[in-house]
Amino acid sequence: MTRGPDGEAGEMAEYVVFIWDDERSWERAGPATVEATMAAHREFMARNAAALRGGNRLHPSAASTSIRHTPDGGVSISDGAFAETKEVIGGYYLIEATDLDEALRIAAEVPAPFGGVEVRPVLPAGQADGIA
Amino acid sequence: MDPAAAAAVAEAHRAEWGRVLAAAARLTGDLDAAEDCAQDAYAGALAAWAEHGIPERPGAWLTTVARRRAMDLIRRRDTQRARLPVLAGPDPAITAAGEADAGDVIPDDRLRLIFTCCHPALAVDARVALTLRLLCGLTTAEVARAFLTSEATMAARITRAKKKITAARIPYRVPGPDQLPGRLAGVLDVVHLVFTTGHTAPAGTALQRRDLAERALDLARMLRLLLPDDPGVAGLLALILLTDARRHARTDPAGRLLVLADQDRGAWDRGEISEGLALARQALQHRPYTRYPLMAAIAATHATAPRFEATDWAQILALYDQLAAIWPSPIVALNRAIALGQARGPAAGLAALDALAAEPQLTGYHYLPAARAEYLRRLGRLDEARLAYDEALLLAGNTTERDYLTARRAGLDA
Repeated sequence: MTRGPDGEAGEMAEYVVFIWDDERSWERAGPATVEATMAAHREFMARNAAALRGGNRLHPSAASTSIRHTPDGGVSISDGAFAETKEVIGGYYLIEATDLDEALRIAAEVPAPFGGVEVRPVLPAGQADGIA
Repeated sequence: MDPAAAAAVAEAHRAEWGRVLAAAARLTGDLDAAEDCAQDAYAGALAAWAEHGIPERPGAWLTTVARRRAMDLIRRRDTQRARLPVLAGPDPAITAAGEADAGDVIPDDRLRLIFTCCHPALAVDARVALTLRLLCGLTTAEVARAFLTSEATMAARITRAKKKITAARIPYRVPGPDQLPGRLAGVLDVVHLVFTTGHTAPAGTALQRRDLAERALDLARMLRLLLPDDPGVAGLLALILLTDARRHARTDPAGRLLVLADQDRGAWDRGEISEGLALARQALQHRPYTRYPLMAAIAATHATAPRFEATDWAQILALYDQLAAIWPSPIVALNRAIALGQARGPAAGLAALDALAAEPQLTGYHYLPAARAEYLRRLGRLDEARLAYDEALLLAGNTTERDYLTARRAGLDA
Protein backbone atom coordinates (compact mmCIF):
# COMPACT_ATOMS: atom_id res chain seq x y z
CA MET A 1 0.00 0.00 0.00
CA THR A 2 1.32 3.41 -0.81
CA ARG A 3 0.11 6.68 0.54
CA GLY A 4 -0.03 8.94 -2.42
CA PRO A 5 -3.02 11.09 -1.81
CA ASP A 6 -2.44 14.69 -2.62
CA GLY A 7 0.71 14.63 -4.67
CA GLU A 8 2.77 13.28 -1.79
CA ALA A 9 6.02 12.13 -3.31
CA GLY A 10 6.78 8.52 -2.52
CA GLU A 11 9.64 6.33 -3.58
CA MET A 12 9.26 4.63 -6.93
CA ALA A 13 8.86 0.94 -7.56
CA GLU A 14 9.71 -1.17 -10.57
CA TYR A 15 7.35 -3.44 -12.41
CA VAL A 16 7.94 -5.82 -15.27
CA VAL A 17 5.19 -5.79 -17.87
CA PHE A 18 5.19 -9.19 -19.58
CA ILE A 19 3.62 -9.32 -23.00
CA TRP A 20 1.83 -12.63 -23.42
CA ASP A 21 1.14 -13.43 -27.05
CA ASP A 22 -0.41 -16.13 -29.13
CA GLU A 23 2.54 -17.01 -31.36
CA ARG A 24 0.41 -18.64 -34.04
CA SER A 25 -1.46 -15.38 -34.54
CA TRP A 26 1.89 -13.67 -35.04
CA GLU A 27 2.88 -16.27 -37.63
CA ARG A 28 -0.38 -15.75 -39.48
CA ALA A 29 -0.24 -11.97 -39.26
CA GLY A 30 0.79 -10.15 -42.42
CA PRO A 31 3.69 -7.72 -42.60
CA ALA A 32 1.29 -4.77 -42.35
CA THR A 33 0.02 -5.97 -38.95
CA VAL A 34 3.55 -6.59 -37.73
CA GLU A 35 4.69 -3.16 -38.84
CA ALA A 36 1.61 -1.48 -37.30
CA THR A 37 2.29 -3.22 -33.98
CA MET A 38 5.94 -2.23 -34.00
CA ALA A 39 4.92 1.34 -34.75
CA ALA A 40 2.51 1.18 -31.83
CA HIS A 41 5.37 0.02 -29.59
CA ARG A 42 7.57 2.89 -30.76
CA GLU A 43 4.74 5.26 -29.98
CA PHE A 44 4.21 3.68 -26.56
CA MET A 45 7.92 4.00 -25.76
CA ALA A 46 8.03 7.63 -26.81
CA ARG A 47 4.94 8.44 -24.77
CA ASN A 48 6.21 6.67 -21.64
CA ALA A 49 9.92 7.37 -21.94
CA ALA A 50 10.03 8.83 -18.43
CA ALA A 51 8.78 5.60 -16.86
CA LEU A 52 10.65 3.09 -19.04
CA ARG A 53 13.71 1.37 -17.57
CA GLY A 54 14.14 -1.34 -20.15
CA GLY A 55 12.41 -3.83 -22.35
CA ASN A 56 12.85 -6.13 -25.29
CA ARG A 57 11.07 -8.17 -27.82
CA LEU A 58 11.97 -11.85 -27.40
CA HIS A 59 12.62 -14.59 -29.92
CA PRO A 60 9.72 -17.03 -30.29
CA SER A 61 9.38 -19.64 -27.55
CA ALA A 62 10.79 -22.28 -29.95
CA ALA A 63 14.14 -20.65 -29.22
CA SER A 64 13.58 -21.01 -25.49
CA THR A 65 15.29 -23.53 -23.25
CA SER A 66 13.90 -24.48 -19.86
CA ILE A 67 15.98 -25.59 -16.92
CA ARG A 68 14.61 -27.44 -13.92
CA HIS A 69 16.59 -28.50 -10.92
CA THR A 70 16.22 -32.17 -10.19
CA PRO A 71 15.97 -33.69 -6.70
CA ASP A 72 19.44 -35.26 -7.06
CA GLY A 73 21.02 -31.82 -7.29
CA GLY A 74 21.49 -31.81 -11.05
CA VAL A 75 19.62 -29.93 -13.72
CA SER A 76 17.29 -31.12 -16.42
CA ILE A 77 17.31 -29.10 -19.59
CA SER A 78 14.45 -29.16 -22.05
CA ASP A 79 13.43 -27.48 -25.24
CA GLY A 80 10.77 -24.76 -25.12
CA ALA A 81 8.99 -22.57 -22.60
CA PHE A 82 7.63 -23.67 -19.22
CA ALA A 83 3.92 -23.25 -19.55
CA GLU A 84 2.06 -25.46 -22.00
CA THR A 85 -0.33 -22.67 -22.93
CA LYS A 86 -1.27 -21.05 -26.17
CA GLU A 87 0.14 -17.74 -24.96
CA VAL A 88 3.84 -17.30 -24.26
CA ILE A 89 5.91 -14.31 -23.23
CA GLY A 90 6.85 -12.47 -26.39
CA GLY A 91 8.47 -9.42 -24.86
CA TYR A 92 8.63 -7.29 -21.77
CA TYR A 93 9.09 -3.79 -20.48
CA LEU A 94 10.69 -2.76 -17.23
CA ILE A 95 8.87 0.31 -15.95
CA GLU A 96 9.02 2.55 -12.91
CA ALA A 97 5.86 3.81 -11.22
CA THR A 98 4.79 5.24 -7.86
CA ASP A 99 2.13 2.59 -7.34
CA LEU A 100 0.12 -0.12 -9.03
CA ASP A 101 -2.46 2.28 -10.45
CA GLU A 102 0.23 4.17 -12.33
CA ALA A 103 1.86 0.92 -13.45
CA LEU A 104 -1.49 -0.39 -14.70
CA ARG A 105 -2.17 2.83 -16.55
CA ILE A 106 1.14 2.53 -18.40
CA ALA A 107 0.80 -1.22 -18.96
CA ALA A 108 -2.67 -0.76 -20.42
CA GLU A 109 -1.04 1.22 -23.23
CA VAL A 110 1.33 -1.59 -24.20
CA PRO A 111 0.29 -2.94 -27.63
CA ALA A 112 -0.65 -6.61 -27.37
CA PRO A 113 -2.93 -7.41 -30.31
CA PHE A 114 -2.67 -11.20 -29.89
CA GLY A 115 -2.82 -11.53 -26.12
CA GLY A 116 -2.47 -9.35 -23.07
CA VAL A 117 0.02 -8.10 -20.57
CA GLU A 118 0.83 -9.08 -17.00
CA VAL A 119 2.21 -6.61 -14.47
CA ARG A 120 4.52 -8.03 -11.85
CA PRO A 121 6.25 -5.97 -9.16
CA VAL A 122 10.03 -6.33 -9.10
CA LEU A 123 11.32 -7.57 -5.76
CA PRO A 124 14.17 -5.22 -4.87
CA ALA A 125 17.43 -6.99 -4.07
CA GLY A 126 17.74 -7.78 -0.38
CA GLN A 127 14.03 -7.39 0.36
CA ALA A 128 12.02 -10.33 1.68
CA ASP A 129 9.39 -11.81 -0.60
CA GLY A 130 6.03 -10.73 0.80
CA ILE A 131 3.81 -13.29 -0.87
CA ALA A 132 3.19 -16.47 1.07
CA MET B 1 -16.52 -4.80 33.37
CA ASP B 2 -18.71 -1.72 33.13
CA PRO B 3 -21.70 -2.85 31.03
CA ALA B 4 -22.49 0.66 29.76
CA ALA B 5 -18.92 1.22 28.62
CA ALA B 6 -18.80 -2.25 27.06
CA ALA B 7 -22.02 -1.59 25.17
CA ALA B 8 -20.72 1.77 23.98
CA VAL B 9 -17.49 0.17 22.78
CA ALA B 10 -19.44 -2.56 20.97
CA GLU B 11 -21.65 0.05 19.32
CA ALA B 12 -18.63 2.15 18.34
CA HIS B 13 -16.97 -0.97 16.98
CA ARG B 14 -19.82 -1.49 14.61
CA ALA B 15 -20.31 2.15 13.68
CA GLU B 16 -16.77 3.49 13.66
CA TRP B 17 -14.30 0.66 13.06
CA GLY B 18 -13.70 1.51 9.42
CA ARG B 19 -13.18 5.20 10.13
CA VAL B 20 -10.72 4.54 12.97
CA LEU B 21 -8.71 2.02 10.96
CA ALA B 22 -8.72 4.22 7.85
CA ALA B 23 -7.36 7.18 9.80
CA ALA B 24 -4.55 5.04 11.24
CA ALA B 25 -3.77 3.53 7.82
CA ARG B 26 -3.19 7.00 6.39
CA LEU B 27 -0.32 7.36 8.86
CA THR B 28 1.10 3.85 8.94
CA GLY B 29 0.78 3.14 5.24
CA ASP B 30 0.39 -0.47 6.29
CA LEU B 31 -2.91 -2.24 6.90
CA ASP B 32 -1.67 -4.70 9.50
CA ALA B 33 -0.16 -1.90 11.58
CA ALA B 34 -3.35 0.13 11.16
CA GLU B 35 -5.41 -2.80 12.40
CA ASP B 36 -3.18 -3.07 15.47
CA CYS B 37 -3.59 0.66 16.17
CA ALA B 38 -7.38 0.45 15.85
CA GLN B 39 -7.45 -2.64 18.06
CA ASP B 40 -5.37 -0.84 20.71
CA ALA B 41 -7.73 2.13 20.63
CA TYR B 42 -10.78 -0.06 21.25
CA ALA B 43 -9.01 -1.98 24.01
CA GLY B 44 -8.06 1.32 25.63
CA ALA B 45 -11.62 2.61 25.30
CA LEU B 46 -13.01 -0.20 27.41
CA ALA B 47 -11.00 0.86 30.46
CA ALA B 48 -11.01 4.60 29.81
CA TRP B 49 -14.73 4.89 29.22
CA ALA B 50 -15.53 2.81 32.30
CA GLU B 51 -13.41 5.15 34.39
CA HIS B 52 -14.08 8.57 32.86
CA GLY B 53 -17.43 8.06 31.21
CA ILE B 54 -18.37 7.60 27.59
CA PRO B 55 -17.08 10.48 25.43
CA GLU B 56 -19.52 12.66 23.58
CA ARG B 57 -18.08 11.61 20.21
CA PRO B 58 -16.80 8.06 20.65
CA GLY B 59 -15.62 7.88 17.03
CA ALA B 60 -13.45 10.97 17.37
CA TRP B 61 -12.03 9.68 20.67
CA LEU B 62 -11.12 6.33 19.11
CA THR B 63 -9.69 7.91 15.97
CA THR B 64 -7.50 10.25 18.01
CA VAL B 65 -6.14 7.40 20.11
CA ALA B 66 -5.54 5.18 17.08
CA ARG B 67 -3.72 7.99 15.31
CA ARG B 68 -1.58 8.63 18.39
CA ARG B 69 -0.62 4.94 18.34
CA ALA B 70 0.20 5.23 14.66
CA MET B 71 2.41 8.25 15.30
CA ASP B 72 4.26 6.34 18.05
CA LEU B 73 4.77 3.51 15.63
CA ILE B 74 6.14 5.82 12.95
CA ARG B 75 8.51 7.46 15.43
CA ARG B 76 9.78 4.06 16.50
CA ARG B 77 10.18 3.11 12.85
CA ASP B 78 12.08 6.36 12.21
CA THR B 79 14.40 5.62 15.13
CA GLN B 80 15.15 2.21 13.70
CA ARG B 81 15.80 3.80 10.37
CA ALA B 82 18.21 6.26 11.95
CA ARG B 83 20.12 3.30 13.33
CA LEU B 84 20.17 1.49 10.02
CA PRO B 85 20.84 4.22 7.51
CA VAL B 86 22.19 1.90 4.86
CA LEU B 87 19.28 -0.52 4.83
CA ALA B 88 16.44 1.95 4.90
CA GLY B 89 16.57 5.57 3.88
CA PRO B 90 14.38 8.29 5.31
CA ASP B 91 10.80 8.28 4.12
CA PRO B 92 9.64 11.87 3.88
CA ALA B 93 6.11 10.80 2.98
CA ILE B 94 5.47 9.29 6.40
CA THR B 95 6.47 12.22 8.54
CA ALA B 96 5.01 14.72 6.13
CA ALA B 97 1.66 12.93 6.14
CA GLY B 98 1.70 12.81 9.92
CA GLU B 99 2.20 16.53 10.28
CA ALA B 100 -0.16 17.47 7.51
CA ASP B 101 -2.98 15.71 9.30
CA ALA B 102 -2.34 17.24 12.69
CA GLY B 103 -5.18 19.76 12.27
CA ASP B 104 -8.44 19.77 14.21
CA VAL B 105 -10.54 18.11 11.57
CA ILE B 106 -9.83 14.43 11.16
CA PRO B 107 -10.51 13.57 7.54
CA ASP B 108 -12.78 10.67 6.79
CA ASP B 109 -10.45 8.19 5.12
CA ARG B 110 -12.96 5.39 4.73
CA LEU B 111 -13.35 6.14 1.03
CA ARG B 112 -9.64 5.57 0.46
CA LEU B 113 -9.85 2.38 2.45
CA ILE B 114 -12.75 0.94 0.47
CA PHE B 115 -11.03 1.76 -2.83
CA THR B 116 -7.94 -0.11 -1.61
CA CYS B 117 -10.00 -3.09 -0.39
CA CYS B 118 -11.99 -3.26 -3.65
CA HIS B 119 -9.05 -2.73 -6.01
CA PRO B 120 -9.56 -4.67 -9.26
CA ALA B 121 -6.07 -6.19 -8.91
CA LEU B 122 -7.43 -8.26 -5.99
CA ALA B 123 -9.57 -11.37 -6.45
CA VAL B 124 -13.28 -10.74 -5.92
CA ASP B 125 -13.51 -12.95 -2.83
CA ALA B 126 -10.52 -11.13 -1.33
CA ARG B 127 -12.18 -7.77 -2.01
CA VAL B 128 -15.28 -8.88 -0.14
CA ALA B 129 -13.27 -10.34 2.73
CA LEU B 130 -11.08 -7.26 3.14
CA THR B 131 -14.06 -4.93 3.00
CA LEU B 132 -15.93 -6.85 5.68
CA ARG B 133 -12.89 -7.11 7.87
CA LEU B 134 -11.33 -3.66 7.49
CA LEU B 135 -14.38 -1.47 6.92
CA CYS B 136 -16.96 -3.35 8.96
CA GLY B 137 -14.68 -4.80 11.62
CA LEU B 138 -15.80 -8.41 11.20
CA THR B 139 -13.35 -10.93 12.58
CA THR B 140 -11.77 -13.44 10.23
CA ALA B 141 -13.95 -16.13 11.82
CA GLU B 142 -17.09 -14.10 11.10
CA VAL B 143 -16.08 -13.48 7.49
CA ALA B 144 -15.32 -17.20 7.10
CA ARG B 145 -18.73 -18.13 8.51
CA ALA B 146 -20.46 -15.71 6.18
CA PHE B 147 -18.88 -17.34 3.15
CA LEU B 148 -18.96 -20.90 4.41
CA THR B 149 -15.23 -21.44 4.35
CA SER B 150 -12.94 -22.46 7.16
CA GLU B 151 -11.30 -19.80 9.27
CA ALA B 152 -7.87 -21.01 8.13
CA THR B 153 -8.80 -20.63 4.46
CA MET B 154 -10.21 -17.17 5.04
CA ALA B 155 -7.18 -16.10 7.11
CA ALA B 156 -4.88 -17.24 4.30
CA ARG B 157 -6.99 -15.37 1.74
CA ILE B 158 -6.87 -12.14 3.76
CA THR B 159 -3.14 -12.44 4.46
CA ARG B 160 -2.42 -13.06 0.80
CA ALA B 161 -4.46 -10.06 -0.28
CA LYS B 162 -2.73 -7.80 2.24
CA LYS B 163 0.65 -9.00 1.04
CA LYS B 164 -0.28 -8.28 -2.53
CA ILE B 165 -1.38 -4.77 -1.52
CA THR B 166 2.10 -4.21 -0.09
CA ALA B 167 4.14 -6.01 -2.76
CA ALA B 168 2.35 -4.56 -5.78
CA ARG B 169 1.79 -1.19 -4.06
CA ILE B 170 -1.93 -0.98 -4.39
CA PRO B 171 -2.49 2.67 -3.50
CA TYR B 172 -4.38 4.03 -0.51
CA ARG B 173 -6.11 6.71 -2.45
CA VAL B 174 -9.38 7.69 -4.03
CA PRO B 175 -8.83 7.27 -7.79
CA GLY B 176 -8.62 10.35 -9.97
CA PRO B 177 -11.56 11.49 -12.07
CA ASP B 178 -10.45 9.48 -15.13
CA GLN B 179 -10.47 6.18 -13.21
CA LEU B 180 -13.18 6.93 -10.67
CA PRO B 181 -16.29 5.72 -12.55
CA GLY B 182 -14.89 2.27 -13.32
CA ARG B 183 -13.36 1.80 -9.92
CA LEU B 184 -16.46 3.00 -8.09
CA ALA B 185 -18.53 0.50 -10.07
CA GLY B 186 -16.26 -2.21 -8.65
CA VAL B 187 -16.80 -0.93 -5.11
CA LEU B 188 -20.58 -0.90 -5.60
CA ASP B 189 -20.44 -4.48 -6.90
CA VAL B 190 -18.66 -5.63 -3.74
CA VAL B 191 -21.27 -3.97 -1.51
CA HIS B 192 -24.06 -5.42 -3.66
CA LEU B 193 -22.50 -8.89 -3.42
CA VAL B 194 -22.38 -8.60 0.38
CA PHE B 195 -26.05 -7.61 0.34
CA THR B 196 -27.25 -10.39 -1.96
CA THR B 197 -25.30 -12.96 0.05
CA GLY B 198 -27.08 -11.70 3.16
CA HIS B 199 -30.50 -11.26 1.56
CA THR B 200 -30.66 -14.88 0.40
CA ALA B 201 -27.87 -16.96 1.84
CA PRO B 202 -26.46 -19.32 -0.81
CA ALA B 203 -26.49 -22.17 1.70
CA GLY B 204 -27.42 -22.96 5.26
CA THR B 205 -30.74 -23.20 7.07
CA ALA B 206 -31.58 -19.50 7.46
CA LEU B 207 -33.00 -17.74 4.41
CA GLN B 208 -31.25 -14.49 5.30
CA ARG B 209 -27.93 -13.60 6.86
CA ARG B 210 -29.01 -10.43 8.57
CA ASP B 211 -25.48 -9.59 9.71
CA LEU B 212 -24.32 -9.36 6.09
CA ALA B 213 -27.42 -7.56 4.80
CA GLU B 214 -27.05 -4.96 7.56
CA ARG B 215 -23.34 -4.49 6.92
CA ALA B 216 -24.08 -3.94 3.24
CA LEU B 217 -26.66 -1.32 4.21
CA ASP B 218 -24.08 0.36 6.47
CA LEU B 219 -21.53 0.38 3.64
CA ALA B 220 -24.01 1.78 1.13
CA ARG B 221 -24.98 4.51 3.62
CA MET B 222 -21.31 5.29 4.16
CA LEU B 223 -20.73 5.63 0.41
CA ARG B 224 -23.80 7.83 0.13
CA LEU B 225 -22.43 10.08 2.87
CA LEU B 226 -19.02 10.35 1.20
CA LEU B 227 -20.21 10.56 -2.43
CA PRO B 228 -23.58 12.31 -2.13
CA ASP B 229 -23.80 13.29 -5.81
CA ASP B 230 -23.13 9.92 -7.41
CA PRO B 231 -26.20 8.35 -9.05
CA GLY B 232 -24.73 4.83 -8.85
CA VAL B 233 -24.31 5.16 -5.09
CA ALA B 234 -27.84 6.56 -4.69
CA GLY B 235 -29.14 3.73 -6.88
CA LEU B 236 -27.38 1.02 -4.89
CA LEU B 237 -28.58 2.38 -1.55
CA ALA B 238 -32.11 2.66 -2.98
CA LEU B 239 -31.95 -0.92 -4.29
CA ILE B 240 -30.76 -2.25 -0.94
CA LEU B 241 -33.40 -0.33 1.03
CA LEU B 242 -36.26 -1.31 -1.29
CA THR B 243 -35.24 -4.97 -1.24
CA ASP B 244 -34.40 -5.09 2.45
CA ALA B 245 -37.79 -3.54 3.24
CA ARG B 246 -39.34 -6.96 2.56
CA ARG B 247 -37.19 -8.77 5.13
CA HIS B 248 -39.95 -9.46 7.68
CA ALA B 249 -42.41 -10.59 5.02
CA ARG B 250 -40.18 -13.15 3.33
CA THR B 251 -40.96 -16.05 5.66
CA ASP B 252 -44.11 -17.13 7.50
CA PRO B 253 -44.13 -17.58 11.28
CA ALA B 254 -42.92 -21.16 10.80
CA GLY B 255 -39.90 -19.91 8.83
CA ARG B 256 -41.21 -21.09 5.46
CA LEU B 257 -40.34 -19.06 2.37
CA LEU B 258 -42.95 -16.66 1.06
CA VAL B 259 -42.35 -15.54 -2.52
CA LEU B 260 -43.27 -12.04 -3.66
CA ALA B 261 -46.78 -13.15 -4.68
CA ASP B 262 -47.53 -14.51 -1.19
CA GLN B 263 -45.99 -11.80 0.97
CA ASP B 264 -48.04 -9.61 3.31
CA ARG B 265 -47.17 -6.21 1.89
CA GLY B 266 -48.37 -4.61 5.12
CA ALA B 267 -45.28 -6.14 6.75
CA TRP B 268 -42.93 -4.33 4.38
CA ASP B 269 -40.85 -1.62 6.03
CA ARG B 270 -42.55 1.61 4.95
CA GLY B 271 -39.72 3.78 6.26
CA GLU B 272 -37.13 1.99 4.14
CA ILE B 273 -39.44 2.05 1.13
CA SER B 274 -40.02 5.80 1.24
CA GLU B 275 -36.33 6.46 1.76
CA GLY B 276 -35.51 4.07 -1.10
CA LEU B 277 -38.08 5.64 -3.43
CA ALA B 278 -36.67 9.14 -2.85
CA LEU B 279 -33.15 7.91 -3.54
CA ALA B 280 -34.24 6.01 -6.66
CA ARG B 281 -35.93 9.15 -8.01
CA GLN B 282 -32.75 11.09 -7.40
CA ALA B 283 -30.56 8.43 -9.04
CA LEU B 284 -32.82 8.34 -12.10
CA GLN B 285 -32.43 12.04 -12.75
CA HIS B 286 -29.02 11.31 -14.26
CA ARG B 287 -28.65 10.06 -17.84
CA PRO B 288 -27.56 7.73 -19.21
CA TYR B 289 -28.91 5.26 -16.68
CA THR B 290 -26.42 2.92 -15.10
CA ARG B 291 -26.88 -0.49 -13.53
CA TYR B 292 -27.94 0.27 -9.96
CA PRO B 293 -30.37 3.12 -10.68
CA LEU B 294 -32.16 0.77 -13.11
CA MET B 295 -32.22 -2.07 -10.59
CA ALA B 296 -33.55 0.38 -8.02
CA ALA B 297 -36.28 1.39 -10.47
CA ILE B 298 -37.30 -2.26 -10.80
CA ALA B 299 -37.34 -2.70 -7.01
CA ALA B 300 -39.34 0.54 -6.74
CA THR B 301 -41.96 -0.79 -9.16
CA HIS B 302 -42.47 -3.82 -6.89
CA ALA B 303 -42.43 -1.67 -3.77
CA THR B 304 -45.20 0.60 -5.02
CA ALA B 305 -47.56 -2.16 -6.21
CA PRO B 306 -50.35 -2.40 -3.62
CA ARG B 307 -50.92 -6.09 -4.43
CA PHE B 308 -48.88 -8.64 -6.39
CA GLU B 309 -51.65 -8.79 -9.02
CA ALA B 310 -51.35 -5.01 -9.47
CA THR B 311 -47.64 -5.20 -10.35
CA ASP B 312 -46.80 -3.19 -13.46
CA TRP B 313 -45.02 -6.01 -15.29
CA ALA B 314 -44.87 -4.09 -18.56
CA GLN B 315 -42.83 -1.42 -16.82
CA ILE B 316 -40.61 -4.00 -15.13
CA LEU B 317 -40.03 -5.71 -18.48
CA ALA B 318 -39.13 -2.37 -20.09
CA LEU B 319 -36.68 -1.67 -17.27
CA TYR B 320 -35.09 -5.10 -17.68
CA ASP B 321 -34.74 -4.41 -21.40
CA GLN B 322 -32.84 -1.23 -20.60
CA LEU B 323 -30.76 -3.01 -17.99
CA ALA B 324 -29.89 -5.84 -20.42
CA ALA B 325 -28.79 -3.26 -22.98
CA ILE B 326 -26.18 -1.74 -20.66
CA TRP B 327 -25.44 -4.82 -18.52
CA PRO B 328 -25.82 -7.89 -20.70
CA SER B 329 -25.44 -10.57 -18.05
CA PRO B 330 -27.16 -13.99 -18.06
CA ILE B 331 -28.65 -13.24 -14.61
CA VAL B 332 -30.31 -10.11 -16.00
CA ALA B 333 -31.54 -12.15 -18.97
CA LEU B 334 -33.03 -14.70 -16.55
CA ASN B 335 -34.87 -12.03 -14.56
CA ARG B 336 -36.05 -10.44 -17.79
CA ALA B 337 -37.42 -13.80 -18.96
CA ILE B 338 -39.34 -14.19 -15.68
CA ALA B 339 -40.76 -10.66 -16.05
CA LEU B 340 -41.69 -11.45 -19.66
CA GLY B 341 -43.68 -14.45 -18.48
CA GLN B 342 -45.56 -12.28 -15.98
CA ALA B 343 -46.25 -9.62 -18.59
CA ARG B 344 -47.14 -11.83 -21.58
CA GLY B 345 -48.05 -15.21 -20.14
CA PRO B 346 -46.28 -18.44 -19.15
CA ALA B 347 -45.63 -19.67 -22.71
CA ALA B 348 -43.69 -16.52 -23.59
CA GLY B 349 -41.82 -16.72 -20.28
CA LEU B 350 -40.94 -20.36 -20.79
CA ALA B 351 -39.65 -19.73 -24.31
CA ALA B 352 -37.43 -16.93 -23.02
CA LEU B 353 -36.14 -19.17 -20.21
CA ASP B 354 -35.44 -22.06 -22.59
CA ALA B 355 -33.38 -19.73 -24.74
CA LEU B 356 -31.01 -19.40 -21.78
CA ALA B 357 -30.53 -23.15 -21.29
CA ALA B 358 -27.06 -23.11 -22.87
CA GLU B 359 -25.75 -20.15 -20.83
CA PRO B 360 -22.67 -21.51 -19.05
CA GLN B 361 -23.02 -18.93 -16.27
CA LEU B 362 -26.50 -20.25 -15.47
CA THR B 363 -25.66 -23.93 -15.25
CA GLY B 364 -25.78 -24.72 -11.58
CA TYR B 365 -28.01 -21.69 -10.89
CA HIS B 366 -31.20 -23.09 -9.35
CA TYR B 367 -33.37 -20.08 -10.18
CA LEU B 368 -33.45 -21.08 -13.87
CA PRO B 369 -35.04 -24.54 -13.43
CA ALA B 370 -37.19 -23.16 -10.57
CA ALA B 371 -38.60 -20.47 -12.88
CA ARG B 372 -39.12 -23.02 -15.66
CA ALA B 373 -40.97 -25.26 -13.24
CA GLU B 374 -43.40 -22.46 -12.34
CA TYR B 375 -44.23 -21.67 -15.95
CA LEU B 376 -44.50 -25.36 -16.87
CA ARG B 377 -46.91 -25.82 -13.95
CA ARG B 378 -49.04 -22.93 -15.14
CA LEU B 379 -49.09 -24.43 -18.63
CA GLY B 380 -50.31 -27.74 -17.21
CA ARG B 381 -47.14 -29.58 -18.27
CA LEU B 382 -46.87 -31.24 -14.88
CA ASP B 383 -44.41 -34.02 -15.67
CA GLU B 384 -41.92 -31.55 -17.07
CA ALA B 385 -42.56 -29.24 -14.13
CA ARG B 386 -41.75 -32.10 -11.76
CA LEU B 387 -38.43 -32.70 -13.53
CA ALA B 388 -37.62 -28.99 -13.43
CA TYR B 389 -38.32 -28.86 -9.67
CA ASP B 390 -36.06 -31.89 -9.25
CA GLU B 391 -33.31 -30.10 -11.14
CA ALA B 392 -33.74 -26.95 -9.03
CA LEU B 393 -33.65 -29.04 -5.84
CA LEU B 394 -30.42 -30.61 -6.98
CA LEU B 395 -28.83 -27.18 -7.25
CA ALA B 396 -30.37 -25.14 -4.42
CA GLY B 397 -28.19 -24.94 -1.30
CA ASN B 398 -30.39 -22.96 1.06
CA THR B 399 -32.63 -25.15 3.20
CA THR B 400 -35.50 -22.64 3.29
CA GLU B 401 -35.51 -22.42 -0.49
CA ARG B 402 -35.25 -26.19 -0.81
CA ASP B 403 -38.26 -26.67 1.48
CA TYR B 404 -40.22 -24.24 -0.68
CA LEU B 405 -39.30 -26.08 -3.88
CA THR B 406 -40.17 -29.43 -2.29
CA ALA B 407 -43.58 -28.09 -1.27
CA ARG B 408 -44.22 -26.67 -4.75
CA ARG B 409 -43.29 -30.00 -6.30
CA ALA B 410 -45.59 -31.86 -3.93
CA GLY B 411 -48.34 -29.36 -4.82
CA LEU B 412 -48.31 -30.65 -8.41
CA ASP B 413 -49.92 -33.90 -7.25
CA ALA B 414 -52.58 -32.20 -5.16
